[in-house]
Amino acid sequence: MAGKTLYDKLWESHVVREESDGTCLLYIDRHLMHEVTSPQAFEGLRLAGRKAWRSSSVVANPDHNTPTDHWDEGIKDPVSRLQVETLDANIKDFGALVYFPFKHANQGIIHVIGPENGTTLPGMTVVCGDSHTSTHGAFGALAYGIGTSEVEHVLATQTLVSKPSKRMLVKVDGKVSPGVTAKDIALAIIGRIGTAGGTGYAIEFGGSAIRDLSVEGRMTLCNMTIEAGARAGIVAPDDKTAAYLKGRTYAPQAADWDKAVAYWKTLHSDADAVFDSVVELDAAQIEPQVTWGTSPEQVLPVGGRVPDPARETDAQKRDGIARALQYMGLTADTPIQDIQVDKVFIGSCTNSRIEDLRAAAQFTRGKKKAANVKLVLVVPGSGQVKRQAEAEGLDKIFIEAGFEWREPGCSMCLAMNADRLAPGERCASTSNRNFEGRQGAGGRTHLVSPEMAAAAAIAGHFVDIRTI
Amino acid sequence: MKAFKSLNGLVCPLDRANVDTDAIIPKQFLKSIKRSGFGPYLFDEWRYEDFGEPGMDCSTRPLKKDFVLNQPRYAGAQVLLARDNFGCGSSREHAPWAIEDYGFRVVIAPSFADIFFSNCYKNGVLPIVLPADVVDKLFKECAAKEGYKLDVNLEAQKVTTPSGESFAFDITPHRKHCMLNGLDEIGLTLQHADEIKAFEAKHKAVQPWLFA
Repeated sequence: MAGKTLYDKLWESHVVREESDGTCLLYIDRHLMHEVTSPQAFEGLRLAGRKAWRSSSVVANPDHNTPTDHWDEGIKDPVSRLQVETLDANIKDFGALVYFPFKHANQGIIHVIGPENGTTLPGMTVVCGDSHTSTHGAFGALAYGIGTSEVEHVLATQTLVSKPSKRMLVKVDGKVSPGVTAKDIALAIIGRIGTAGGTGYAIEFGGSAIRDLSVEGRMTLCNMTIEAGARAGIVAPDDKTAAYLKGRTYAPQAADWDKAVAYWKTLHSDADAVFDSVVELDAAQIEPQVTWGTSPEQVLPVGGRVPDPARETDAQKRDGIARALQYMGLTADTPIQDIQVDKVFIGSCTNSRIEDLRAAAQFTRGKKKAANVKLVLVVPGSGQVKRQAEAEGLDKIFIEAGFEWREPGCSMCLAMNADRLAPGERCASTSNRNFEGRQGAGGRTHLVSPEMAAAAAIAGHFVDIRTI
Repeated sequence: MKAFKSLNGLVCPLDRANVDTDAIIPKQFLKSIKRSGFGPYLFDEWRYEDFGEPGMDCSTRPLKKDFVLNQPRYAGAQVLLARDNFGCGSSREHAPWAIEDYGFRVVIAPSFADIFFSNCYKNGVLPIVLPADVVDKLFKECAAKEGYKLDVNLEAQKVTTPSGESFAFDITPHRKHCMLNGLDEIGLTLQHADEIKAFEAKHKAVQPWLFA
């Protein structure tokens, strides 16, 4: 019999029961929560007179609606404020292990605060009403996004009704060249398999280039798994994972620590495990990536030129390219590096951790933003990240360059708060989606790494950071 | 949840691939703490000339006349015909809420994004996967004939065209049972509460640190 994949091990260790058609009841260890996708779930519980099954599984904080400046003025938009206050009230009524209300010193993006407080651990099942829950797979957890009905189901039963996914191995071997980051690996993978390439699969990332990534880099990579269509992305835990977790508030303590680490060592795919699909990339061939269109798969190396729909033979794809070029205000064959940007956003659950900010600062130090760039927003992922960055003086580097140093939150990744693009504005963004209107109605998003975003802010257009 | 058994419904074609949830229901409408009332804002940026805000009266907003939902021949449609990877992007259940609230009960596409697909079932919206060549054929037939309707029968797992041609679709027995009967899945799961408790005790004994 073939060995097991890491996904199989995670799945099987959480099956409560299995129906004859293969539908399983899967036990959920960690339930992350924010204000946008939870209010209707709590309302459902109240209407049915149900309690939370295990409120100590809940880690929550508001992040989507919260402003990133003038915190002293509170949340001005009354609709946003109500949603945030509704989360306060729901947590008060139903309970949680961790809750950081708006303006708490540790508040931040839910996918940043989970790991930094040690509430995401290898071997766990982690869910959240948010597709970027895939981030937590970086720890060897089975982590994925769910809808609000499922949020209610997990609250009430601590389980989900689900069938196992197919298994895909994405293997990236070799060494990346300097200036190529986890973000570029993620975008290169999406460019290869497409935004639906992972539909129906859970993806395990393996190979030497993945092992070489820091834990934060793995979070960036797993975060983007959903942009490849797969709900879950996983990296097997290793010594780096344990080193990252040791001493964090909710990580195993004392005698439990050694037991936990011993268990985590079993969390890897067996040598003879069989995957339903295998995709291999050569790390040395990956260049800094820039998306040019309105889907993350519409991505090119920084040295490329915007495609010409006339050269596409597939009619559906040709229409897609033409529509994207029109929306993005680009003409075919324009070199990526000739594209000028109006705004730059450094932040989001993809790229707002301390290593991201250090990387952006490295390309900012001693420089000024270009005159044509109207705004550069640097939004740390959490209060802890913000304090760490300030202790290292990164905030000063950004401020001296003319960037804005903001309070933590989701901010202009999806523009639910006041941070957004005006129609027609073009943005170099470290976030995860370049969909039409994502960063503001009519806004134009180009996804890049923190290094590439900072360099674009300084130059006023995209540049190949390997030449700086 | 509303039960779904069968319907004979007008088809509205949305001829583009990778329709994402930001397009289905833009983020400003996600600020609502309710489950209902999203229908008027479905595909807001494609449907209206102005910028939509929550609570707006949509009856007086300027329409983008070319967008399919605004074409009189598709008024009252209950079946949305779509292309590959429909519903990609975020996990927002507001997407199927908006689709259902607008009046659609069925979405047919060659493929769906996973989270959206699963969210549909929780809200009485039946997502049907048919082969790309069949979907293409349905697009052509729909364009050729005003008032084009499809017959969708969940019990028989069949989609039938006006000419009588039928196409079978898959659905898991569990989802079919819940849809046909409009069942509350939480109630069903709680019938196994003792098993969940037993699992939890065993799980805690092996990995006590998960329950800190």
